[in-house]
Amino acid sequence: MSPVLETKNINKYFRKPVDFHVLKDISFSIKKGEFASIMGKSGSGKSTLLYILSTMDTDYEGKLFLNNELVTGNSHQALSKIRNEHIGFVFQFHYLLSEFTVLENVMLPAKKLGVKTYQEIENDAKEKLEMLNIGHLGLKRASRISGGEKKRVAIARALINNPTILMGDEPTGNLDSFNAENVFQIFKRLKEEQGLSLLVVTHDYDFAKRTDRIIEMEDGRIISSGP
Amino acid sequence: MTQWKVILNIAKTHLLTKMKSTATASLGVTFGIGAYITLVSFMTGLNAMLDDLILNQTPHIHLYNEIQPTEKQPIALYDAFEGAFNVVHSVKPKQSQRKIHNALPILDYLKKDPEVKGATPQVRAQIFYLSGSIELGGNLIGVDIMEEVRLSNFRDYIVEGSPEDLQNLDNGILLGAGLAKKMSLSVGDRVQISTVRGDIFPLKIVGFYQSGIAEIDNIQSYANLATVQRILGEATNYITDINIKLNNIEAALPMSQMLEKQFNIKATDIKTANAQFETGTDIRNLITYAVSITLLIVAGFGIYNILNMLIYEKMNDIAILKATGFSGRDVQLIFMSQAMIIGLVGGILGLCIGFGLSVFIDQLPFDTEALPTIETFPVNFKVHYYVIGIVFALISTFIAGYLPSNKAKRIDPVRIIRGT
Repeated sequence: MSPVLETKNINKYFRKPVDFHVLKDISFSIKKGEFASIMGKSGSGKSTLLYILSTMDTDYEGKLFLNNELVTGNSHQALSKIRNEHIGFVFQFHYLLSEFTVLENVMLPAKKLGVKTYQEIENDAKEKLEMLNIGHLGLKRASRISGGEKKRVAIARALINNPTILMGDEPTGNLDSFNAENVFQIFKRLKEEQGLSLLVVTHDYDFAKRTDRIIEMEDGRIISSGP
Repeated sequence: MTQWKVILNIAKTHLLTKMKSTATASLGVTFGIGAYITLVSFMTGLNAMLDDLILNQTPHIHLYNEIQPTEKQPIALYDAFEGAFNVVHSVKPKQSQRKIHNALPILDYLKKDPEVKGATPQVRAQIFYLSGSIELGGNLIGVDIMEEVRLSNFRDYIVEGSPEDLQNLDNGILLGAGLAKKMSLSVGDRVQISTVRGDIFPLKIVGFYQSGIAEIDNIQSYANLATVQRILGEATNYITDINIKLNNIEAALPMSQMLEKQFNIKATDIKTANAQFETGTDIRNLITYAVSITLLIVAGFGIYNILNMLIYEKMNDIAILKATGFSGRDVQLIFMSQAMIIGLVGGILGLCIGFGLSVFIDQLPFDTEALPTIETFPVNFKVHYYVIGIVFALISTFIAGYLPSNKAKRIDPVRIIRGT
């Protein structure tokens, strides 16, 4: 199967406070419909890698392909569009826009994409919320819901444009075990039911071992990229 | 490509949830613009009034014979001294008449010129007003009164009586208001005047003339052209001054130069005659604009501050927007549109407040002896000051919004999300 995400010889350096080689020759790929996790100790460079893959960080050497198209070297404007269309992102902290309602938060990326009508977007957003069992929260302010609910809203928002790949930075971080399990089940369902590709950075070994593939990192290198 | 609806919606939500800051920032603009409109309306109103006071009494071009020495003294014409260094002591003015040579043909010529709105003949005479044994020195000006009324706002300056009264009464006089006060005369009385040669004429007072300038009102009176010619014992072609009103005031300078050459006569145009007056107007305008711009700069700093704070508060939101596919430009537009909304709302409110204050000032009574036609403070309600006001507001908020929003554009989402 063709890879949705592929990296070739990615190197990254931190210049401040001292010169530091964070990522060393990272080359790997994620296939369509694959649920992969990146594990490693703090400072192994796994988050840094994820931000490069998410196209938000452009300060690196090497090549990044998304759907077999070269992403590296595109303008910020073009990268924003790629993120908007193809990449869903779930952060460790919930990061919703607190002044907007849950529904508006979910709809925002789709409105930015501007392909569907307002009505279609609203229906899609309700559908996604329903799928994650939080349909009843739609009209609440984002600042008025619990942590586990926020995480699910963030997932709904990441899914609104039907992305090629969903990325998560510690998506179960600072969640209790019940909610963490819940998030894992959601991810698993998305992979199985919709064939979504997922890439998740995590500390949590119990979480990682249930994914299709564990990519282990240490000191900026991939030491094993799973079965 | 830009999703304006989404961007404006986010901007609106930010502004509404931060109602207090929004109101403060808008009020800054409101006061700046309101003060500008009030100041400029009042100042230009005053300027226009003062302009009227002086300029309307000055013709666009004034033709007269000036008493002056000839530029070429006779010795220059004498071949024997050609090339020599000649010194002439005690140079005297040229012997010539006070009247304009060929005045009536010149008048005819001017009246046919399409650029000329009108040309009026005048006869100036040095006279004495007699009040018992007291003699007051002064001027009597013979005018074609109805023509003067047509071409200038002469009628406004007649505080008692009317120009028609003068027209109808051959030996009538419009006495200067200051003179009337000095000699305790009222309309209907007779005043005796004496020419320089000593001939005495009684004239009947048909009205008072008050220009608002005491120096003029204390010495100057008006009578019919023919009357003054008769008093002086001169023929009907005796005309000392011709006042020309043009359709376009800008043509005054070139035309005066042309007339000077053509008729060998002295011609002064309005701009030259009132150069120092224009300077005063310019300086008052300068002060108005300096004060208004200062106010707007202060308002601009207010907006700059508030947007800066808002952007610091919204760092997380900005990172999220960027991570979910909004470009730096979109983020900048969100904050720019907030600044522009503040500018527009504040500016329009400012225009309303400025208009309200102007109307209020316009109602205030302003009674002054010097200005017979003015009853309330003069205020100028020209639309283009309002246009300038709103453009000012938008430009200053644009600049104040540009700097912080540019910072928001360049925020690196990775640094916020990583928490470093």
